[in-house]
Amino acid sequence: MRYSGFKVIKEALTGHKGWQPAWRDPQPKSHYDIIIIGGGGHGLATAHYLASIYGETNVAVIEKGWIGGGNVGRNTTIIRSNYLLDGNEPFYEFSLKLWEGLEQDVNYNAMVSQRGIMNLIHSDAQRDAFIRRGNAMMLNGADAELLDEDQIRAEYPFLNFNDARFPIKGGLAQRRGGTVRHDAVAWGYARSADSRGVDIIQNCEVTGFRIENGTCLGVETSKGFIGAKRIGCAVAGNSGRVMGMAGMRLPIESHVLQAFVSEGLKPVLPGVITFGAGHFYVSQSDKGGLVFGGDLDGYNSYAQRGNLPVVEDVCEGGMAIMPMIGRARLLRMWGGIMDMSMDGSPIIDRTHIDGLYFNGGWCYGGFKATPASGYAFAHLLARDEPHETATAYRFDRFRTGHMIDEKGMGNQPNLH
Amino acid sequence: MIINHPLLGPRDSAEFVYMGDAALIDRPDPDTASPEDWHDYAYLRDNPAGEHRELWFHEGGDRSWLVVTRNTVTHEISKVELARDVARARGRST
Ligand SMILES: Cc1cc2nc3c(=O)[nH]c(=O)nc-3n(C[C@H](O)[C@H](O)[C@H](O)COP(=O)(O)OP(=O)(O)OC[C@H]3O[C@@H](n4cnc5c(N)ncnc54)[C@H](O)[C@@H]3O)c2cc1C
Repeated sequence: MRYSGFKVIKEALTGHKGWQPAWRDPQPKSHYDIIIIGGGGHGLATAHYLASIYGETNVAVIEKGWIGGGNVGRNTTIIRSNYLLDGNEPFYEFSLKLWEGLEQDVNYNAMVSQRGIMNLIHSDAQRDAFIRRGNAMMLNGADAELLDEDQIRAEYPFLNFNDARFPIKGGLAQRRGGTVRHDAVAWGYARSADSRGVDIIQNCEVTGFRIENGTCLGVETSKGFIGAKRIGCAVAGNSGRVMGMAGMRLPIESHVLQAFVSEGLKPVLPGVITFGAGHFYVSQSDKGGLVFGGDLDGYNSYAQRGNLPVVEDVCEGGMAIMPMIGRARLLRMWGGIMDMSMDGSPIIDRTHIDGLYFNGGWCYGGFKATPASGYAFAHLLARDEPHETATAYRFDRFRTGHMIDEKGMGNQPNLH
Repeated sequence: MIINHPLLGPRDSAEFVYMGDAALIDRPDPDTASPEDWHDYAYLRDNPAGEHRELWFHEGGDRSWLVVTRNTVTHEISKVELARDVARARGRST
């Protein structure tokens, strides 16, 4: 069933009796060509591109809870492609281009909103760094625009320009960046993959791998053994846990990141803003809530909730650049588990076990990567070779010294 | 979270800086370790869901390093030791 404006009107006039479930609820078959572990954004996007681009339809996505219950439904929904390094920028720009055509591709309204993102500048050194980054972006075909203080004042008059410690001196804007309705991304990809024959199996936890003579033959699950020729793992914050069942230790730590939403307000914030002197980012959802966040809590965690010191830190960041935020009441806050890698960049690669592939290490920037991650992982699973935009995302980069460390922090995951 | 410092008593975790898995104490021997040993030491982690022994630095306090045993699923802290004592017990001289 295709969704369309006409269909919405027809259903409105006929009592909404014609809608059907957006995807089936199948029982697992005994064997598939490809199994994807994890029904988050990345797993579902992988299934969609496997079916639509690579012609692989004998595919299952195995999710331990319900699809969209992980980070894809917990993030602050920001998309952008404003990276500096060559290993990253072409990949994220590919992702942004896929976002631009996503809704037509999957026939689902994901509320992709290119409202622009503005990274604020507070010092001369930061301006130099942002000019360099903007140039790197443009060299890779992305858009970037350097703004001075007056230009930002015209767009965001309420910001705290004259703060004694962190005055706002300019900004780097990416107009094509913005926000996307995160749940709808999971649902849209799920519906599209399902309609092409992919089985989405919810409430089915992978509890082990069957590995014989260095080859992975399938997965043990709470619904029994399911065989497959190739198995891709895309479980984000649970990467260490799941790959541990295959005997692997990863260059990844799991950390908790919190997000916050205020009560609904009239439109005040047209785009996404990030504070350059602390860690704070904010946008306004279409329902009116200010959606914001900041740093990780900073310690290993699998609890999907954080602690109060970070709540205070994030709110301080908000007050520093946007004092009027202090008038809004906080409505909700929650946490998600981040797969923080050793250089802050992801991995999309084979493992040393034949038939077993890994996608993870997304840190807190994996939502924007969802389309490209799915595309590149589908490419790897279908062709057994890395996609051209993901050639740097290999496990062995830590052995060979080819880390992709945007912030230059070294192997300290909580600092990326 | 409250960390029960062995010398100072209960302190707010916000006074501390977090370093990571306490296995970092077991640094490979520079004279004998292979590049592979260094790779594993520097980059690979057990990253368990459950009990985790980890290094915390009391930056906003007495600047001692602690080994905290904490559950990564519940955040419950069950044991706090001076990293110095742990390292010595594992045969490190400093
Ligand atoms: C608070 C917060 C804010 C964020 N903000 C942004 C942002 O603004 N921009 C951005 O780009 N990124 C952001 N991120 C990061 C982004 O959300 C993640 O990097 C991305 O969603 C991870 O990929 P995923 O969607 O596939 O993960 P998930 O949705 O977590 O999917 C993984 C799935 O695997 C399943 N799973 C785990 N173990 C098993 C098992 N054993 N068997 C079967 N299934 C299993 C889980 O249940 C889960 O559904 C944010 C994250 C958080 C938590």
